[in-house]
Amino acid sequence: MKRRTLLASAAALSLAAGSAFAQDKVKAGFIYVGPVGDGGWTYEHDQGRKAVEAELGDAVETVYQESVPEGADAERAITQMALSGADIIFTTSFGYMDPTMNVAAKFPDVKFEHATGFKRADNVSVYSARFYEGRAIQGHIAGKMTKTNKIGYIASFPIPEVIRGINSAYLHAKKVNPDVEFSIVWAYTWFDPAKEADAARALIDNGADVILQHTDSTAPQAAAQEAGNVITFGQASDMAEFGPVPRVSSIIDNWAPYYIDRVKAVMDGTWESTDTWDGISTGMVGIGEISSAVPADVKAEALALKDAIAAGDYHPFTGPINKQDGTPWLAEGETASDGDLLGMNFYIEGLTGDVPN
Amino acid sequence: MIHLEKRPQPSQVWTVITPVLAVILTMIVGGMMFAALGKPPLEAIRTIFWDPLFHPQFAGYSRPQLLVKAGPLILIAIGLSVGFRAGIWNIGAEGQYIMGAICGAGAGLALYPSESVLLFPMMVIAGALGGWAWSMIPAILKTKFGTNEILVSLMLVYVAESILASVSSGLLRNPDGMGFPGSRNFQQWDAAANRELIANTGMHWGVVFALIAVIAAYVLFARHIRGFQIRLSGEAPRAARFAGVNPNRIVIFCLGTAGALAGLAGLFEVTGPAGQISIDFNSGYGFTAIIVAFLGRLHPVGILLAGLLMALTYIGGELAQLMLGVPGASIQLFQGMLLFFLLATDVFTNYRIRFGQGAA
Repeated sequence: MKRRTLLASAAALSLAAGSAFAQDKVKAGFIYVGPVGDGGWTYEHDQGRKAVEAELGDAVETVYQESVPEGADAERAITQMALSGADIIFTTSFGYMDPTMNVAAKFPDVKFEHATGFKRADNVSVYSARFYEGRAIQGHIAGKMTKTNKIGYIASFPIPEVIRGINSAYLHAKKVNPDVEFSIVWAYTWFDPAKEADAARALIDNGADVILQHTDSTAPQAAAQEAGNVITFGQASDMAEFGPVPRVSSIIDNWAPYYIDRVKAVMDGTWESTDTWDGISTGMVGIGEISSAVPADVKAEALALKDAIAAGDYHPFTGPINKQDGTPWLAEGETASDGDLLGMNFYIEGLTGDVPN
Repeated sequence: MIHLEKRPQPSQVWTVITPVLAVILTMIVGGMMFAALGKPPLEAIRTIFWDPLFHPQFAGYSRPQLLVKAGPLILIAIGLSVGFRAGIWNIGAEGQYIMGAICGAGAGLALYPSESVLLFPMMVIAGALGGWAWSMIPAILKTKFGTNEILVSLMLVYVAESILASVSSGLLRNPDGMGFPGSRNFQQWDAAANRELIANTGMHWGVVFALIAVIAAYVLFARHIRGFQIRLSGEAPRAARFAGVNPNRIVIFCLGTAGALAGLAGLFEVTGPAGQISIDFNSGYGFTAIIVAFLGRLHPVGILLAGLLMALTYIGGELAQLMLGVPGASIQLFQGMLLFFLLATDVFTNYRIRFGQGAA
């Protein structure tokens, strides 16, 4: 309706026009940080957008803009989308937080959904997934499978989400293999195939035979395939084309149910600002098929771990856990609070190196 | 047969015509590309070149954005053109832009939460100095050791990017930011914010400085002895030396000017449109400005127009993505075509086409 109103040059007509276009489509916009063909993070958000179209059909129209830099350009991209008549806009990267808040203040009638951030307003919701639950399963498989006891980790940016993933994977690898060591490379990018491939090769040259990645391209998978005798996990997307080896499993972001819910809520007029942080239990975090390269007993343990997390019987961060400097963080049997997890900026005991700062 | 015959003098007429011709050719071939992508070509071209200026729904917002986008491009390109005229190839404006932003923002943040009116001017000076100092590295290496400024300045971009990543997650990180990388947001700090000077015009201090730089560069080349020396060094280095021009001074002056202007652009961007130092703060202005400088024929007025045109293709390109769903990469291709056709048609400035069996 907003779009029609803006298009109608005669403002006086807008009220009458409003009812005439009552069955107008809801327009949902998506701002992506990478190209839709990245095969990882942005690809899965775009799958979510397509699912919205498939589910709601003619009642909805979707638009998207890809490869929007997280700087000054983001605010313009979001503003233009709002001007084009979008009713709800999903901004799908952490760096869009301040731009999203600025634009939301100017368009009180448009709903905004910001992924992985922490600032909210009456018309801004935040949503994210508990990827660390998937990381626990990865860590378990990695700890069991490594022969060199060296696990390489390609990290993107030193933000709590990434640090949580490292801690969770390490904790569960260590649990099943006390000799395991992590080498962490900070790539400072979400998507840069050349950089990611270099990082993977450097880690493999240093003896790592498991590569975990928190970046979005499939380049580390390709590098591992080339090297041979190295296993990897799909990130954000299944990356099944690299199975059964090197890719032995994956963490899949499944945004579709959430996106469908939220767009429907706009249609029904029931949309409210919310803070959503879902994991394996709702299916927002999926664990991709564990391939035949993983021994049956390890696979069974991994699936049992997944079920325990999904059922809420097990929290990946259950004490006793100490911080890297040896100070206690969680006591025996204590589980981490969401507040601690959301602001996590420290390594747990046993990890080497420093969180960059 | 077609022959190319070198003109005794570069053609004045063609110097003016080639940019226009390049734009027209880009529209034609770009239109063909959009058609091949299954998008209506005329509508795509109209969305890119016309809609940001005159579309009833968007123009009110996108017209001011043209200035916001063009401001840093023009400011950096003017600085680069000074060096390019002298044959000094500073490819590292991106790094100087980053360092200007870091130094200016850092100088401001050190005094947080000061509300002094002197704060912003002080940050502007710190920004210019930051960019200047970064450009002095290739300048001094060139004058003292004869290193190649193209390589040194380009490599320093990557160093600057690493420093940017480091300070945004360390030294300049917002203490209230829940551990996320990125500095405080200057838009929420009045004394340090580079705001629109007149509401809804896009006119901020960076645009003002860009216009001043255009005028200053015009005066420099048209009226000032230093401008003559720069041109002479570029066109006839031996003659310049005989005329008593010290080549080292020219190198220092040209790189220093480019660095200071790029640093200023960075400072105005970080305190204005971008708002904060973050890991992805730089968005390629320093490299795009090289295209702007050449598209504008290294002439101050040309650069002003080229900067606006480049901004138009950016904003129009974003609109085309949004309205027509063309892929982001096709917009970059479109911009690449513009430079390609400019360089290709450039041949007519220096050469004449002869048909038939002319004496070659």
